[in-house]
Order: sequence, then structure tokens, then C-alpha cells
Amino acid sequence: MKLFPIRGGIHPAYRKQATAEKAIVALLPLPARLYLPLQQHMGAAAEALVQPGDRVKKGQLLGRGVGPVSAAVHAPTSGRIAQVAELTAPHPSGLPQLTIVLEPDGQDEWAELAPPIADPFAADPKAIKERVAQAGIVGMGGATFPSSVKLDLGTRLKLEILLLNGAECEPYLTCDDRVMREHPSEVIDGARIMAHALGAPRIVIAIERNKPQALDAMRLAASAFPAIEVVDVPVQYPMGSERHLTQAITGQETPARKLTADLGVVVHNVATARAVHHAVRFGRPLLSRVVTVSGGAVKEPKNVEAPLGTPVADLIDFCGGLSETPKRLVSGGPMMGQPLPSSEVPVVKGTSGILALTTAEANERPTQPCIRCGTCVTICPCGLVPVEMAAHIRKDDLDGAAAWGVMDCVSCGSCSYICPSYIPLVHYFNYAKGRITAQDRERRKQDEVKRLAEARAARLEKQAQAKREAAARKAQAESPAP
Amino acid sequence: MLLAVGSVAVMGVTLGVLLGAAARYLAVEGNPLEAELQSLLPGSQCGQCGFVGCAQAAAALAKGEAPVTLCPPGGKAVAEKLAAKLGVTVDLSEHEEKGPHTAFINEALCIGCLRCIQECSTDAIVGANKQMHTVISEACHGCEKCFKICPTEAIVMRPVLVSVGTWHWQKPMPEHATQH
Ligand code: SF4
Ligand code: SF4
Repeated sequence: MKLFPIRGGIHPAYRKQATAEKAIVALLPLPARLYLPLQQHMGAAAEALVQPGDRVKKGQLLGRGVGPVSAAVHAPTSGRIAQVAELTAPHPSGLPQLTIVLEPDGQDEWAELAPPIADPFAADPKAIKERVAQAGIVGMGGATFPSSVKLDLGTRLKLEILLLNGAECEPYLTCDDRVMREHPSEVIDGARIMAHALGAPRIVIAIERNKPQALDAMRLAASAFPAIEVVDVPVQYPMGSERHLTQAITGQETPARKLTADLGVVVHNVATARAVHHAVRFGRPLLSRVVTVSGGAVKEPKNVEAPLGTPVADLIDFCGGLSETPKRLVSGGPMMGQPLPSSEVPVVKGTSGILALTTAEANERPTQPCIRCGTCVTICPCGLVPVEMAAHIRKDDLDGAAAWGVMDCVSCGSCSYICPSYIPLVHYFNYAKGRITAQDRERRKQDEVKRLAEARAARLEKQAQAKREAAARKAQAESPAP
Repeated sequence: MLLAVGSVAVMGVTLGVLLGAAARYLAVEGNPLEAELQSLLPGSQCGQCGFVGCAQAAAALAKGEAPVTLCPPGGKAVAEKLAAKLGVTVDLSEHEEKGPHTAFINEALCIGCLRCIQECSTDAIVGANKQMHTVISEACHGCEKCFKICPTEAIVMRPVLVSVGTWHWQKPMPEHATQH
């Protein structure tokens, strides 16, 4: 297959060797408590269906998705609900979030599951989307967008390709690599089911060249299906970004504020495909995920299949504990991952990695003045001018930054990584994007308030008018006829 | 010489006619600045600025009779926009932003008197006579009118808390952001 070049990008130290050869192990023993936030996805938080004291079985629905973009939450094992409370979220803000606390009873007793969909390729795409929604599956590459909503794109748009993302371009992470090596047929089956739901005739599976075993395993498993093509893409960060992977495969650039689906391409992560396979073939909701636990401060880095809700501290203990106090504790990869407020927070659906980075790995240095070298401009994979945007943001000129395209920044962090002056460029952009989004929210509320105020004024006026007319009529009736 | 005088005269006449026509056909109703200023204000007619409504506030602003910081619910953002529109500079570093608040009714104290409902300019309060009232926080813009009128002090103004969904990164610290 002909590949197309993508702009810019960097080649960070990959450091995948610590876990690349570590087979996935299941987390044993089960933690004493599992913490299940009602919002582990983009969109609206789920609504709790259980109360403290309730006994639940493995796979039972604990939280129901609310509204069009939301996701269900299930019990990863059987046990008792200890609490439904606001607890620290696995989020850089460290703010509390409504969380269901489950005390496992050790029985691991299954609830009655939805029946398997016998022949998914003959099934109505709607049935598959419904099953995926029921199973609470979200994008497991880290974006955590509800998968059923993304599978629905086919009803609105003409889709050509389901692009399965096995690039895994973030340093350290090997969870997708291991899933592809160890469960290739599950991934392929899930991909075929998703392509059927989307109505996409072709499946392209893109894997970076630094994963030869995964490429071999996937090629072998896909060999029976002519509609599937397994492609090795160059090792170039951020190849795994949806837009860039689409560009590498189709040569087309996704316009700003459009979706890759507008080009006929829908991108799903390989782990998501595996979860879809489980949901459709066995009726199993999303209860666990493979997490890469790595970083210089972790004694025995591993790939762990951890039940959702496992506290990060338990996961690290399972990996031999820490050899030193980490400089940074990160959820996800080191480039785009988010710092965690503590190790007391749980693993959630989007946790691809837990990294305990040493001071040397974190490589935080004091910022120096910009030397106007232009490197950030050369490497920005989105064709932006980081140095200009940061200058505007520093002066609190968010409109100026927006005019330079800050909202099109994908926060890949390449510019911060490459800057010889250690300017926290991506931090500026994250701040600016957050501020601008908040301002938009504020503006929408203001418009709504204005509309309500006008509606009320009109209603009052109408009432007054009716009163005046009634009074006039009364006066007329009372006055003697001329 | 004559040619020059002639051509300038002709130009003068034509342009005069054109301008006259433009003034007649492109006339703007009211004061355009006022309308523009009004569009920047929240438009909820809450009256916290001391004027009857946003239109009157905009008129005062246009005449320079009110400061750009007049609108409490608009906060710093509106003050900045007004200043930009009026071309004045304003130092907002001292401007203490209260942050958004919404009204909340303590149900134990509410006697269902309906006064707050009549007061609310955005119909954000629901309830019936002698029934407990509640505030729809999405529609409340924190104008405090209900808070001031409640006879039993059942209404409190609560700050809108930042949640995981609305949180965003702060601007990098100055020591991390040396000058260019
Ligand atoms: S973080 Fe944004 S600006 Fe920086 S390189 Fe990535 S896309 Fe470009
Ligand atoms: S890479 Fe850093 S030093 Fe070079 S131009 Fe960009 S911001 Fe300035």
C-alpha cells in the first residue's frame, strides 16, 4: 500500500523495551476496593443505579448512560457497594467526581449476560451499536469517546475505510502491541464487526514499523479476509493521532473542525476492537483493560490486564512497587498523558499506561528565553506556529492565539519536547484551549439568558395588553350607550 | 488654471450630491454605538448596574456616564470588551471578579410566597403558591434579585464550582515563561 508523508513530527526515545516482551498478566489478587467513577468517558456522566449496601454480580450494570453521548458503567467483579461518593478523580485537576466504590467478595460470580449475537455479519448494524453501547465501550486509546456513537457515523456519512489504530506511537506504552501479539484474532473479529456496523467496505490496520511481531501476528490473523489490509507505517510521533494516521493512509488532510469521517475514514483503537469482540460474541461488558505499568521508578514494569477501578497504588505494588519517589506520575504516555494527583486514583477505561517517571526521565528544566530557532514551527505536525501562539497567550491575547490556529493544536507536545529553551509550549496551548472553550460555554449561557429574558418581557407585555383590553371592554360595557 | 478650478468644482458638486444621497438612504436609526454596546451586555435586564435594563446601561456607557466595569454579572470579560469597543484603557488587575454564582433555595425555609418567581427576569425559578420553589441553575445568571427579595432569607447565592468537566489548565507560571 502506498503511504503518504505526514508533516513534522519527532522521534522521542521510545523506551518500550522495558515492557515490550512482557506478556499480559491478569491482576491478582483482586484489590480490596474498586473505585468506579461514573464518568470515565467524554460526554455526560452516567447515572448511578445502585446504593451503598447493594450486592452486585460481575458484569451487572451499575451506572446507566445519560443522553446521546455517555457510557454505561458495570461491576468488574461481584461484591458489595460500599459507597457512592465524590472521590478524587484520575484527572490532573485532582477534583472530586461521583464514584461507585465496590468491595469484591472474592466469588467473581457472573450476572446474567446479554446473549451473544450469533451471526453479527447478518445482524442489523443497529443491534451491534446497541450492544456496544450496553457494554459501555469507549475509545480505549485514551480519547474515551463512546464507541457506539462513533459507530453511528455510518448512518450520516458514506464511509470507505475503518482504520484500526495500532500505531502506539507514545513512548513506553506497549499495551496495544501486546494485545495485537496475543489476541490478534479477537482484534480482527472485532474490527470486522465494527466495519459491518459502520458500513465500511475496507479495513486498514496501521501499525508502526517498530512492532514487527505485532505486524506478523496481525497479518497472519487477517490473511483469511481480503477486505483487511495490515500496513506498517513509519515510526514518527504523533503517527497515532487520528488525523495524522488518516493522512498517512489516504493522503488527505482532515480540515480544521471536521472529522476524519468527513473523508470517509473512521479510526478506532485496537483494544476497542477487542472489547467489541467480547461484547458481541459473549455479551461481556467492558470490565477490564490492559495497562502498561512502566517508568524508571517502577521495579518490575509489566503489562497488566487490570479490572477497571483498580487503584493505581495496587497496580504499582503488583509491579514490585517503586524503587524511588517518582518525579511525575502519569496516566497514559509521557507525551500526551496527564499527571495524576496521587496513586490513590483508579484505573479507568482510558488508562493505557501508568508511568512513574524518574527525575532524569521527566527531564524538567528551567525555561529560558526563546532563541527564535524555529524548530517548533518545523516539527509541528499540524502546521502551526507554536512560538507565535505562545507569545500571544503570554500577553493574554487569546483572540490573537485563536487567529494563529491554537484551536487546531492536537496537544501532541512535540513542540515542548523539541524546544531547546524548554518553553512549556503545549501547556500554553492547553490553557488557551481550555479558556476559549470556557468562554464559549459562557457565551452560550449568556445567549440563553438573553433569550429567556426577552421571552419573559414579551409574555409580561402580552399579559398587560390583555389586561388593558379587558379594562377597556369593561369600561365600554359600563358606560351607557350613546 | 480654469481647468483645475473647473474639475475641482465638478468633483465637489458630485461628491456633495453623493454624500447627501448616502445620508438620506443609508441613515442609521438611533445611536449605532449604543446598539453595539448593548449587544456586548448580557441582556438579562437584571438591573444590578443601577439602570433599568441593559439598553439604558448601554446608553449611559455611550455617553461616557458609566464606567466599563458597571456590569457585575458580565465580569471582567464584558468589561474588557466594552473597553475595547469604546477605545478606553482600563486596569482590570484590581477588578475583583466574584466568579459566577447561582441562586439556591433552602427548601426548609421556603414558604412558597411566589415573590422570587415574579422577580426573576429569566424564569429560572419554578414553583407554585404555597409550594416549595426551586432554581433551574442552567437558567440562573446570578443577578441576586430573588436573593434580595426573599422574605425568609431562604435563598443563598452559591458559587458555581469548577468540576472535572469544566476545569482547564492554568496559564504557565511566570518563572516557567521567561520573556521572548
Ligand atoms: S502541541 Fe500543538 S502546537 Fe505543539 S507541535 Fe503539537 S500540534 Fe503543534
Ligand atoms: S523551539 Fe523554542 S526556542 Fe525555538 S522558536 Fe520555538 S519556542 Fe522559540
